[in-house]
Amino acid sequence: MSNKFAYVRTEMAQAMPPPVTQTGVVGWMRKNLFSDIPNTIMTLLAFAFLVWTVPTLYNFLIGNAIFVAEDGTPCRAPEAGACWAYVIDRFDFYIYGFYPESEYWRPNLVFVVAAALITHLLWPELPFKGISAIAFFVGLPIFAVILLNGGSFGLPQVTTEKWGGLMLTLIIASVGIVVSLPLGVVLALGRRSHMPFVKYVSIAFIELWRAVPLITVLFMASVMLPLFLPEGTTIDKILRALVGVALFQTAYMAEVVRGGLQALPKGQYEAAHALGLNYFKSMYFIILPQALKHVIPGIVNSFISLFKDTSLVSIVGLFDLLGTVQATSALVEWKAPHQATTGYLFAAAVFWIFCFGMSRYSIYMERRLDTGHKE
Amino acid sequence: MSEVKEEDISVDRSKMTVSETDVAIEINDMNKWYGDFHVLKDINLKVMKGERIVIAGPSGSGKSTLIRCINRLEEHQQGQIIVDGIELTSDLKRIDEVRREVGMVFQHFNLFPHLTIMENCTLAPMWVRGIPKAEAEETAMHYLERVKIPEQAHKYPGQLSGGQQQRVAIARSLCMNPNIMLFDEPTSALDPEMIKEVLEVMVNLAETGMTMLCVTHEMGFARQVANRVIFMDQGQIIEQNEPEEFFNNPQHERTKLFLSQILH
Repeated sequence: MSNKFAYVRTEMAQAMPPPVTQTGVVGWMRKNLFSDIPNTIMTLLAFAFLVWTVPTLYNFLIGNAIFVAEDGTPCRAPEAGACWAYVIDRFDFYIYGFYPESEYWRPNLVFVVAAALITHLLWPELPFKGISAIAFFVGLPIFAVILLNGGSFGLPQVTTEKWGGLMLTLIIASVGIVVSLPLGVVLALGRRSHMPFVKYVSIAFIELWRAVPLITVLFMASVMLPLFLPEGTTIDKILRALVGVALFQTAYMAEVVRGGLQALPKGQYEAAHALGLNYFKSMYFIILPQALKHVIPGIVNSFISLFKDTSLVSIVGLFDLLGTVQATSALVEWKAPHQATTGYLFAAAVFWIFCFGMSRYSIYMERRLDTGHKE
Repeated sequence: MSEVKEEDISVDRSKMTVSETDVAIEINDMNKWYGDFHVLKDINLKVMKGERIVIAGPSGSGKSTLIRCINRLEEHQQGQIIVDGIELTSDLKRIDEVRREVGMVFQHFNLFPHLTIMENCTLAPMWVRGIPKAEAEETAMHYLERVKIPEQAHKYPGQLSGGQQQRVAIARSLCMNPNIMLFDEPTSALDPEMIKEVLEVMVNLAETGMTMLCVTHEMGFARQVANRVIFMDQGQIIEQNEPEEFFNNPQHERTKLFLSQILH
């Protein structure tokens, strides 16, 4: 058969530069800040608001803030702002809780290893993802338990009652995140299964956990669970909280993932089946990569809310970052008008840094995974 | 109704031979319901190897459902469907066996948008047939050349036109080296100027001796390529005949009405 295409273009035409009036600072301001009268009024109002708030904030946070002090005396001066010296003095407690100071290197080492592995996993260009994935999901938990808990390899034992601060927050959040995503995917698939048993077990799990407040879950785990266990057996308090948080989060994650599965056109399932891919292969290669990509904002939303919800464990007597900040907020030697405020500001800033980081990474991934038009 | 004129595409029918003895698909007294709705009624159809069958009929007549039963995208409730010697039952292993041998092209292409064209074409051969990557890519390039878009191999489906996407979809199916190809309205979602490029690929495929079942409204294609045209209405096969006879001398009233509506 003869080829009847007369001419087929193989490359795109070069893009032309934008008109000159669209570029430059003045052009930008004119276009975005002073384009018409309402816009100009809004710009001036916003500017006035900044003039009003920024100096006050600056004075409180930096200008009149106390950075160096032996105790709370300078912070008690009437014009004193934030009492950062107090946060600096308590910093170790905020990070490690009651972990003994001589053993700080252990959480530090775990943190460095975890950070290195996460960086490697999240950096798309780096090779050998498989190795670091196994190291992260299998090796790291074992390594972390051995190192943090001690009691073997000549390490003195540090019982979990002494764990606390940011270290505990990170442990709970990362276990919650790492457990909830794969389990959530399994439950989401289960809920859409044609097998009645699998389907109804998944629905029951999701609906049960999702309908209970996290605080209730944590209370049940710490107060009620021991009543049902045979006498003499105890389950570690942190472990109970970890399981509670992880399962709670799993239920939410399952629904987020299910949303992504439902958004996929039926044709994707059909095409995968028509090619002979079985259920697991079509899920793994075709359905989940697309479904998860669609729900990245929802997944990260869940992660962020989980990260912040970890502070609820302070209710069952665990000292996470917020718990440690709260515990010292009435410390007598640092008594000052802004003592508690400064502590909470610090906690808020730490939470913000982690959550904002997750948010930015998700935006980066969304852009990276965008392969153009959907079907 | 867009229709490509017969003289536009040259067809060499010499290689399109129908086997006398080898049966590709056999459907016996097959019935299907959607809930209470009886979509397919007493379907009997025997397709020999090398046949090119066009299934025509008004929308809702069950023609898509029929070919979707052949690779079990739809389940039938009564009767028997035997594809390539394998009877379709609820046995998942057999279903997968059949699907490996039966390629399907959809109205909306259904390419995998998160994979490149090359990955679309190599995924199933690698993970269903266990073919090594290099070999799968070689095969993929071969078929992409045959559908005349080798230069698009490393683009994503979203960057291609509809006609190009449908040609990739055909290549993707062929990479599995199927014995039978099913086409479910392959040109219905295309702009008129792209229909021809897809039909050319299909003609080309027919010339290799492939067994083909096509649900299509392209009557020019039916006339030139098909050895049998089947007319369906309300879930039944009303009439079937060689294209010449079918178009020039329709027997049934409903066939006449249908033809009068689509042929001008």
